Amino acid sequence: MSTLSPSVAPLRAEFGTAIGRHLVSCGDTVVYVDRDGSHDVLAWLKATPGQEFDYLTDVTAVEYRDPERPLEVVWQLRSLARKADLRVKVELDKGGPLEVRSVWDLWHGADWLEREVYDMFGITFGGHPDLRRILMWETYAEGYPLRKDFPLRGHFSRAEQTRQALAANPEAHYSMEELSIAEAFDELPTDMRERLARGERGFLK
Amino acid sequence: MGLTSPATDYRGNDGTTVSSLSPNWVTTRLDSLTNWARSNSLWPMPFGTACCAIEFMATAASRFDLARFGMERMSFSPRQADVLICAGRLPFKLAPVIRRIWDQMPQPKWAISMGACASSGGIFDNYSMVQGIDTIIPVDVYVPGCPPRPEGLIYGIQLLQKKIRGESIADDTLREEKLVGPSGLFLPPERVDELSEPFGNSVHQTRST
Repeated sequence: MSTLSPSVAPLRAEFGTAIGRHLVSCGDTVVYVDRDGSHDVLAWLKATPGQEFDYLTDVTAVEYRDPERPLEVVWQLRSLARKADLRVKVELDKGGPLEVRSVWDLWHGADWLEREVYDMFGITFGGHPDLRRILMWETYAEGYPLRKDFPLRGHFSRAEQTRQALAANPEAHYSMEELSIAEAFDELPTDMRERLARGERGFLK
Repeated sequence: MGLTSPATDYRGNDGTTVSSLSPNWVTTRLDSLTNWARSNSLWPMPFGTACCAIEFMATAASRFDLARFGMERMSFSPRQADVLICAGRLPFKLAPVIRRIWDQMPQPKWAISMGACASSGGIFDNYSMVQGIDTIIPVDVYVPGCPPRPEGLIYGIQLLQKKIRGESIADDTLREEKLVGPSGLFLPPERVDELSEPFGNSVHQTRST
């Protein structure tokens, strides 16, 4: 069913030119938003009565094979109460800065999703509390694997890839933030605190 | 079995005959005894990362019953393990993990590479996947399949047992630790590149350097 989401008209009324074109794809409404206005639009969609998109299903990005087309950052929104969906997109020109505002302050679930987009596409999210690689290890130096200019097997030789992988510290992934015990640090046993301070299990920042 | 083959009767020059097998004692070569013991009490260190691990679990469960081969104890601690079974694909991010587990295992130790991905990278000829765990650790037996059936893994394990029965405790090179050298690899870099060469359909894909 190609029915337009009822959220589009109020969005246009509220934000005017910050809202670009919209379309219906396979029954889902897609709204293109200006890069600088994306955070305001998403905050409005979350908070406004009648919209209440309280659940962020996914944050992802798209690069098309056509090199002229810009990169797209995609937010898939869901209103659990209204049982409604909306897809919001921002187009990022490849010549310009690949940066958008983080929505971590709106939906904390965006934390790892934005890290994944950063890891795979190199798009930075301003205001993200801990923007690091999440799938590839943190010292990964070959670039952003899901970009179209990234060769399937990577830039380096297999020997160099193996060497760099073996040089990585496998326990450095478990940072205090990821274990979510940073807040409880003072209540940890003394020996564990000492080991954490020495960096034996990741590092305090 | 290893115990029976070397048990031949001793005949001295003076005509006395000593049987190698009696109700009270047995003579054998020390190699045969140790190899018999080692090959029949292999404790696996399961390193299951993908669908091969499901088949490995099936191998260990009641229908195929890996305990028949002296492997009833899965050793989830590498320090009490004899054979590392890498069941599944190994991404580069896990390479230092399996290397450290391998380094933690005490000698004597062996490794089985289970399935296409662990042995060669399989269909994952891409930026994130190790193209065969033999570029990370030395491997004794490769079990082909995607994933191998439990019978296949058991055949691989029996091949490893056969290999162990042919070893000698006098041969120190067998127990040599192949550590990661100053180059950051345990093999020469050219060897790693050679082992990681694409094959099959993969060779038609382009690689820009």
